[in-house]
Amino acid sequence: MLELKDLSVNYGPVGALHNINITVAKGELVSILGSNGAGKSTTLMAISGLVRPTGGSIHFEGKRIDILKSHEVVRLGITQSPEGRRVFGPLTVRENLLLGAFTRMDVEWVDNRLRWIYDMFPRLEERKAQMAGTLSGGEQQMLAIGRALMADPTLLLLDEPSLGLAPLVVKSIFQTIKEINRSGVTVILVEQNAKAALKLADRAYVLDVGHLAMQGAASDLLNDPMVQKTYLGGVEAGTH
Amino acid sequence: MEIFIQQLTNGLAVGGIYALIALGYTMVYGVLKLINFAHGDLFALGAYLGFTLLVSFGMGGAIGTGPALLVIAVMVMGMSALVGYLLERVAYRPLRKSDRLSAVVSALGASIFFQNAIMLIWGAQYHAYPAGIIPNITIQIAGQSVPLIRIFVLVCSVVVMLVLYLFINRTRMGMAIRASAIDQGAAKLMGIDVRRVISIVFMIGPALGGLAGVMVGIYYGQINFNMGQMYGLKAFTAAIIGGIGNIPGAMLGGLLLGLVEAFGAAYISLAWRDAITFAVLILILVVRPTGLLRERVAEKL
Repeated sequence: MLELKDLSVNYGPVGALHNINITVAKGELVSILGSNGAGKSTTLMAISGLVRPTGGSIHFEGKRIDILKSHEVVRLGITQSPEGRRVFGPLTVRENLLLGAFTRMDVEWVDNRLRWIYDMFPRLEERKAQMAGTLSGGEQQMLAIGRALMADPTLLLLDEPSLGLAPLVVKSIFQTIKEINRSGVTVILVEQNAKAALKLADRAYVLDVGHLAMQGAASDLLNDPMVQKTYLGGVEAGTH
Repeated sequence: MEIFIQQLTNGLAVGGIYALIALGYTMVYGVLKLINFAHGDLFALGAYLGFTLLVSFGMGGAIGTGPALLVIAVMVMGMSALVGYLLERVAYRPLRKSDRLSAVVSALGASIFFQNAIMLIWGAQYHAYPAGIIPNITIQIAGQSVPLIRIFVLVCSVVVMLVLYLFINRTRMGMAIRASAIDQGAAKLMGIDVRRVISIVFMIGPALGGLAGVMVGIYYGQINFNMGQMYGLKAFTAAIIGGIGNIPGAMLGGLLLGLVEAFGAAYISLAWRDAITFAVLILILVVRPTGLLRERVAEKL
């Protein structure tokens, strides 16, 4: 479904990604792990078309997408809940969700979709008229995910949904991600919380300063001594 | 009481014009964080386009004064929008990735270009707008005789602002404009074509500015090629007063500034009118740089 081939990204003279190869099959939940600055967010931004690759290519359902503009990528069915959530603070919860369905013209369809999101996150319905900036961190994360789901994507990119959230909230968010994936949406989950992500994912890739360091089935990586030492570190790998 | 009513209506009429121009500054600043210094000159261009249309077609005739004025206003807005669109394509878009100072210099250059273009096309002398477009009659307000044209100008600007407000708050494109002003990257992730949003903002702003130009011509009866400078500066002040980037703020700031000027001129001194305006600007920048309507929520991290 998605294929990143020899993907490289430079920020000015600095290389952020070096010849990354990642493939994701339809229906999979794939995690991309790594520490700060490993290139995880850059990978997602390249898929979404906000960062231009300097080398390699990205194909989605057989179509080359790294040459497309970001809004064209969204129209193909790839949406993202970005790092730091980036909800539109001065806009209401409802407006944020409607913006998620910006590419959808059918008003009735959008209404039904909104209903579906409210059923998934009842908290968002309770706060639909409230400004997004006044929500708690966990609620903002729900909003960011809900917003990305509004367009009914076939591929959902999630960038650190656990960042800065209490463990209990993280658990419920991850449960939701699992459910979204089971409903047929292919998910790429970027996480620093490696343990939680590996428990959730089918497969995972590990990035290390812009290079692909490891890849494999999530269960294998979870038991890999190297991964345990570097990313799980004995203690619960938390957020920094 | 007489002075009060006269200055109140005068202040609101002039303030409405300031508000229309201020909206162009504030909307462009909202999405691009750029002060479009050429905006005042697009306002002047609108005044001249309106002048030419009025002189060539005359008023009334077959369709009557009201419809004729409406047609001319729409034509001026359309032409101003086109010029604004081209300005963005030629002077700003190529500099999107450069540092902000380059865009500011480009804006100043565009301002000089428009001012001189107007002077070369229409000449440096004052031009008189055709008289009597709005009948020279007065109506009674609180026992005072107020010229109809004052009410006309105020009603026009309020109606246009209301339409803009509804467009920004109730339509899909309006929501896209607000989202792009808050976070362009996130707006792109929603599937919004931010470049198109910027183009649209660069059409709406000059359209409103051009309309304000025609209104000034009708209200004061004369126009000059460098009228854009003073009006531009005052509308910019109005945008700052309301909180630049904030659309209702620009409306409020414009009306307030008009009132401050009118009352200042009446009760303090006419000679100090402009000094009062810019004293207000300095005061706001020192005391409340985010303007009267600052963003209502601080973004949580």
